[in-house]
Order: sequence, then C-alpha cells, then structure tokens
Amino acid sequence: MLGNGLPTQGNSPTLLLRGLRKSFADVVAVDGLDLEVMRGECFGLLGPNGAGKTTTIEICEGLTAPDSGTVELLGLHWARAENELRQRIGIQLQETQFPEKLTVDETLRLFRSFFRRGIPVDESIRTAQLEEKRHARVGTLSGGQKQRLAMACALVGDPELLFLDEPTTGLDPQARRHLWDLVDGLKQAGRTIILTTHYMDEAERLCDRVAIMDHGRIIALGSPQQLIASVGGEHIVEFAIVGHETGDGLVDPALLKAIAGVESHRVDAGVHQLSVRELHTAVPRIFATLTGQGLHLSEFRTHSATLEDVFVGLTGRNLRDE
Amino acid sequence: MSKLEQSSLYQLTMVRFRLFLREPEAIFWIFIFPILLAVGLGIAFRNRPADVFQVGATTTQLTQALAADKGLRAATMNEADGTRALATGSILLLVTKTPDGVSYKYDETNPDARTARMVADRAIQTAAGRREAVHVEYQLVHETGSRYIDFVVPGLLGMNLMGSAIWGMGFSIVESRQKKLLKRLVASPMPRWQYLASYLLSRLSMLVIEVVGFLGFARLVFGVPFRGSMWQLGLLCVLTSLAFSALGLLVASRATTMEAASGLMNLVMLPMWILSGVFFSATRFPAVIQPAVRALPLTAAIEALRGNMLQGTNLGQQTAQIGILLAWLLVSFAISLRIFRWR
Repeated sequence: MLGNGLPTQGNSPTLLLRGLRKSFADVVAVDGLDLEVMRGECFGLLGPNGAGKTTTIEICEGLTAPDSGTVELLGLHWARAENELRQRIGIQLQETQFPEKLTVDETLRLFRSFFRRGIPVDESIRTAQLEEKRHARVGTLSGGQKQRLAMACALVGDPELLFLDEPTTGLDPQARRHLWDLVDGLKQAGRTIILTTHYMDEAERLCDRVAIMDHGRIIALGSPQQLIASVGGEHIVEFAIVGHETGDGLVDPALLKAIAGVESHRVDAGVHQLSVRELHTAVPRIFATLTGQGLHLSEFRTHSATLEDVFVGLTGRNLRDE
Repeated sequence: MSKLEQSSLYQLTMVRFRLFLREPEAIFWIFIFPILLAVGLGIAFRNRPADVFQVGATTTQLTQALAADKGLRAATMNEADGTRALATGSILLLVTKTPDGVSYKYDETNPDARTARMVADRAIQTAAGRREAVHVEYQLVHETGSRYIDFVVPGLLGMNLMGSAIWGMGFSIVESRQKKLLKRLVASPMPRWQYLASYLLSRLSMLVIEVVGFLGFARLVFGVPFRGSMWQLGLLCVLTSLAFSALGLLVASRATTMEAASGLMNLVMLPMWILSGVFFSATRFPAVIQPAVRALPLTAAIEALRGNMLQGTNLGQQTAQIGILLAWLLVSFAISLRIFRWR
C-alpha cells in the first residue's frame, strides 16, 4: 500500500488519530485525542483559542511531532512516507505571509513546481477567483485575497486531503462569505477537508461533522444538527429581570426548570438562558411563571440554538470569552 | 510551461532573483555603493607631487642655501618672528645662525617637521661643501600597482563579497522565518536542500555582475592592475563568496526576528571591517593578535585577492588563505545544517 500512489480503500478513514498527546513546557496542548475523518467529509475542529486546534492540525500535517499517539493519513504514516504524503495533501497555515514583492502568478508557479502532479496555475487562480489580481504583487492584496491565495497554494497539488487552519480569522464578513463559497465548491468537488475555526457559524455552515475541543480534548463530536439537538431544545430563550441585571436573579431555577418544555437553565451575568423545544408553547408559560413571581422583564429575546449554545452548555463558558 | 519552468530549483532561484531585483536598496548597497566608495577613496588618496616644506632662516645666506633644495621654500625672518611662525604652523622649521654653526628649531613629534629638518640639513651641509661618501641615484616610483587605490580596490572587493553574501543570506532567510513562509515551504513537498541551493545559485550569478562591474570600473577609471591569472581571481571570488554565504547561513540559522539577525550580522562583520585590512594593512595590528586577525575569513580573502591582483601570486602560493576560507566554509555550513530552524 505504501508509495503506490493509488487512493486507499474507500472504507478506511482518510485521517485516523489515536491517543494523541502533546505538551509544550508545562502546558498540555493535546490531551489524548482520538478521531476519524472519512473520505469526502468536510470536518471542523471547533473551539476557543488555546483549545489545541492548531497543535492538533499541525500534528496531522506532520509539522509537529506528537509526544505519543498515532497519526495515519490516507493509510500512510509521517515517519515512513513523508514525501508521498506531502505530495498528496494541501495545507493552508494560519499566518503565512507570502513574499510581498512576488505576484500572485509567480507565487503559485513556485508552489506548483513542488508537486509532481496537480492542477494548472490558471485553474488554481480561477478557483480562488483571483483572475484580476493575477499579475498584482502580493503586497497589494486585501486580507481576503491573501487568504484566497493561500488557499490556491494549498490547491495547486490537487490534494486528496486539504487542511485549512482558521481560514477566515481576521476577515471582514463579506470576505468570509466569499471564502465559504470557495470551500463549498471544493466540498462539491469531493475533496476531504479538515478545518479549524473558532466561529460557530462557520462550522455550522461548512462542516458535515464537527469536533468541539476544549483544553486539548474533544468534548463533543457529531454533525452540527446532532450537536445542537443534544442541547435538548432547538430554541434558546434569554431574559433578564428588572433590578437583577448585575447578579443572579432571585428567580428559583427549580421553578424555571419545572416549566413544561424547558430543557435546561443557566445564568450568565444576570441573563437567564433557557433551552426550549417549542417556542410557541413554552414562552407563554415562562411569562406566566415570571408574572406569578411578581418579576418584571428588562430584556427578552429568543434565537435558534447554535453550536455556541452547545459549547456553553458543555463548558459553562462562552466560546469567545478567551 | 517548459520543463525548466516546472523545476522547483529553477522556480526557487528565480524567486530569489525577483525579490532581489525588486529591492532597490539592495541593488544600491551591492552594486553602486562599492563603486562610490572606490571613487571617493581614489580622489582622497590620489598621488600628489611631493610636498614642499615651508621653512624660515635668520640670515639671507642660510635662506639661499635652503632655497637651493626644491623640497624647501625658505624665507628670512628674525628669531622672534620665526618662533611665532613656528607656533602658528606657517613654517615647519626655523634655522638660526649660531657662533659655531646652525641650530634647528622644530617639533620632533610632527613627521613633516622631521622630514623638513633632514632636507634642510642636507641643503645646508651641501652648501657648505659636503660631498656624498657614496654615489646615489634616485629612481622615482610612479607606476600603477603601488598607489593607494591599487591597494584599496582588492580590500573593497573582499568587503563587498562579505557584505552581499551575509546580508543576502541573513536577511531574507530570517524574514521568511519570521513571516512563517519557511514553515509553509516545509509543509509543501519542496526538497529542503533546493531552498538553500537556490540561495547559492542566485548568489553566484549575482557575483558575476558584482565582481565584473566593480573590477571593470576600477580598471577603466583608475587603471588598477591585474597581474595574476583572471580565472584564479574568479575562483578566489567564488570561494570567498561561498565562505561568507555559509557564514551568513550560520548567522541566520536560528534567529527569529530581524532585529536579532541584524545585531548578529553586525557582530560578525564589524571586527572584520576593522581588523581585516580593507583600508590599511592588517599587519599594523599588534603581534599578539596577529594570529587571530589572520584567521579571519576576510583577512584571508583580501590577502589572496591582493596577492593575485597586485603581485600576480598564483593559487599554489596562497594555500594558507585558501585553507582558511575553506575551513570557514565547511565548518559554518556543517553547523548551520545541524541547527537550522525551519519554523
């Protein structure tokens, strides 16, 4: 199987991690990680900064050696088949700055020359929608264009497996949507994609499955829909009580949880959060209960549950607190 | 795309060229600056006719005797005026008539005054009828190869080879590391040796332009001689450039910030600018530190270049210098390969 250049059997995972551990000095970055990503999947590693996402993806990319555990990509191992693996995967790193005085075209021709086989430079430029910037110097590109160039550099080798580390961090909303469309296109072309992000909306929008990471461990794994369903309700009701904005309210949590249709309750900085299954039946009961307690609302809003709510439910912290 | 354009070594080398040519400052420092320096030094140290020394004497008879020598311009003055003229530096020497001969008043620590004293003494003794005990003929040297510009051109060449190699390697490697480009490159299937080889290939090509441009200018404008074999001179330039490239690689092998790198580069180059005999002979330094001075790669390079250009020495007579350069090349390269940080 080694080195024959043929794709591995369809049923073996494209990426397989077993018991992965990595510490830096006294910080445990990855703490016993097991993971399988199948062929054709778009898989997201989601978590706050410092959760160990980048360390994990860099171990997968063969840039960081794990302290223990095994990494298998396309049925191959870094120690024995580094050259072969480098030819078959595409990598976008978090903070690469390409030489500012080279043009887009020159940069891509350089990266294309490293691969034995791949797509023509023209095609990578078209895929990344950089046609107008083809002969512009990298230094003149916007943040989104630079990120698309990094993506194009990862694509020129026509990789079977693509790693994207925080592809949209630091981009404005429009540039992010542009990049999402690009990833959509790559998914449709059937590539296996592994990406990290700390944006829940990005993971929800792009990924078939996500692993939520915290403190070097996977704390939840599944499709975005499965994870959201695991919160217990598809809707989140948030409210605050007049006079209680700064601390925990005088509301008895047991009373709130007793309301039919309310799955869970938590308080964060004076704001109560309830996850509920059906808004139209639960909300009138919540109003009735609060009025019955003689309490007045200062805030009230609802939203559909997101991966953020999954993270909050699991850790008690917000994703962006860090 | 042609076969050549598909080769990663070609692409990497072209990237080096493009990045260099798109950096106007680098072009100035490597190609223009050494020529400007040579012009400046050539003007400052151009050969002038021998100095004529201004002297004073207390009697007209003495003044006439002194004026008979072309190296002196003499004036008659009384002793008080003469002392004042001496103090203000308008004369270098005052000759006073004494009952049994003459007395010279001058500053012993001023080399010009010492020379003026010797010339004046010769003139006075000759006027008094002294004959030379030994017949002497004078052959004045004005030929090329013994002027200061001839001495300094090989020095500047060596200095330039050092600067362009160390800066050329150091800055761009450390910049690539700082901007995480090195990490991105090793994440691709790029063969790592090709990255370093692309630096050497571009350095050696640029070397041709650099050396031919500078030496051609020195030849055309100053008529600096080339007494040794040209291909041996070329070989010495290549060896020098490779040795300093290896040293530049060593300097750049760990540093992660430009500040650290430029500090290190200055630390490496500064002692050589001073000690290695670019502008004056390295033999002027005390004997105690001579072994250290001679072991520096720039000293060896400049000695070999001067030997080739000014004395026509061949490589066989320069084994010591070549050995020193080779040792720096091999040791620096071996250490850098071991400690080089790709990320």
